Amino acid sequence: MSEKALVNRKDFPLLAKNPDLHYLDSAATSQKPKAVLDAMVAYYENDNANPHRGAYELSARATERYHQARERIAKFVGVADSACLIFVRGTTEALNLVSWTWAKSNVREGDEIVVTGMEHHANFVPWQQVAIERKATLKIARVTDHGAIDMDDLRRLVTPRTRLLAFPHVSNALGTINPVTEIVTLAKSVGAVTVCDGAQAVPHLPVNFDAMGVDFYAFSGHKMLGPMGAGALIGRRETLEKMPPYQTGGDMISVVEDQRSTWNVLPHKFEAGTPNVADAVGLAAACDYLDAIGMDRIREHEIDLMTYAMKEMASVRGVTLFGPEDVKQRSGVVSFTLEGVHPHDIATILDQNGVCVRAGHHCAQPLMRRMHVPATARASVYVYSTRDDIDALVKGVERVNEIFG
Amino acid sequence: MTDALYQELILDHNRKPKNFREMEHADHQLLGHNPLCGDQLTLWLKMDGDRIADVSFKGQGCAISKASASMMTSAVKGKSREEAEAMFNRFHDLVTGKLAESDAKDLGSLRAFGGVSKFPLRVKCASLAWHTLHSALHGEGKTVSTENEGPADMLEGA
Repeated sequence: MSEKALVNRKDFPLLAKNPDLHYLDSAATSQKPKAVLDAMVAYYENDNANPHRGAYELSARATERYHQARERIAKFVGVADSACLIFVRGTTEALNLVSWTWAKSNVREGDEIVVTGMEHHANFVPWQQVAIERKATLKIARVTDHGAIDMDDLRRLVTPRTRLLAFPHVSNALGTINPVTEIVTLAKSVGAVTVCDGAQAVPHLPVNFDAMGVDFYAFSGHKMLGPMGAGALIGRRETLEKMPPYQTGGDMISVVEDQRSTWNVLPHKFEAGTPNVADAVGLAAACDYLDAIGMDRIREHEIDLMTYAMKEMASVRGVTLFGPEDVKQRSGVVSFTLEGVHPHDIATILDQNGVCVRAGHHCAQPLMRRMHVPATARASVYVYSTRDDIDALVKGVERVNEIFG
Repeated sequence: MTDALYQELILDHNRKPKNFREMEHADHQLLGHNPLCGDQLTLWLKMDGDRIADVSFKGQGCAISKASASMMTSAVKGKSREEAEAMFNRFHDLVTGKLAESDAKDLGSLRAFGGVSKFPLRVKCASLAWHTLHSALHGEGKTVSTENEGPADMLEGA
């Protein structure tokens, strides 16, 4: 089934130019289809002006492109009220926005913030810093040996003092798909606000924000075929409206008096300065591309590739696989170590064989400590990946074994 | 090309590192850290006046960083502060490609690291132990990081 890619690799200029490249680092960033690049160029060639400002037709057109992009992306992630989708640079900025605005005005001394032990640093350090600044307590839910959130431990940690519960929809280092509904129900039972890091979910799973029940959801465009520099924070209207602004300046104001100002309506209140229209347009084109394939088919493709990859990798001498054994609970990520070889050496040798993988702590140092490893190597797949890429990975890891004896 | 990097000598030192032990009554003890891949080593130094009487290390890291630490400890033992520093400069030039392997006969077996110059991402691995030694010789007590070693923008991301 996945002997062939789900898409034509020729759609991706970088892959077309490098037919021997086995790009297995899509969890870090995806390659970009020509349709996305073309959409961005077309915006600059045909519609470029500063939106929301000029009293002329071209500026109105730029404004319209920007608005359409927001609507398109909102539809892709199941947001009916598109003004609640705020453009940011990516997941990191989205989560920082929540920590600098909502958390700093709502978390008080003695409150508790709960996170999981599998966070990417982007959904960990902001809450750690809020806890330090507000004299709140940061609690970290245990991760099981199989790389899942220990739900019993999470239930113990969540109390009526919990103001905020942050968790990843999908773990970047292990690929674990977390039980969003169960976590949200738990948080709601004590009135805690939920913040979900969707960076590794939106590219790979059908996501419907309105149906999920989380209060804040963050994702990046560049991991889902879109350009670097465009991502979004989604929130609930009533929450967003009560929050203070993140950055101040142009576009985000209503009236500026000498000594005070009032804020613009959503989403503009959170988008100070000239917006990144071209990247938003590119991300909207990425949504078109993904929808044309179908998110369900993408998921099937990745389950098939993961089933194959885990079976093949497990047969290589010295390999330890991390994360859930059940591919149904795992996104397109294989995190592994090789006995007697540091992941950095694995990555260098694989690179010499045309295989791109990530080696390191994956911005998840607390998780690495939990797994008792300094680092892992991580291979991750996407729509253009094939069994051929997995075969190259396996062959490369066998070559590592040869070199290191 | 990997053969140029993973020479037999380097692999041997990775498997059986020399001076891989803690040291009691050391004059200097310093932690070196490479945030990119999590390489971490502790270096111990015992001085006899201006000379390095004994040097040892322990820690975890990739083959390049471990072998480099192992071979460095063998190379600098008995050397003066100045000699060790001069050796570091030559070594650094070798791994960054400023010094050809053929012109580095004075470095002896350390020349095995000449292949690193073709792998800019690995320069920081090869030089971690040396940076740590350099700081220890200058009496610094803080953690040494090679974050800024090698090309810019090569730090850990998502």
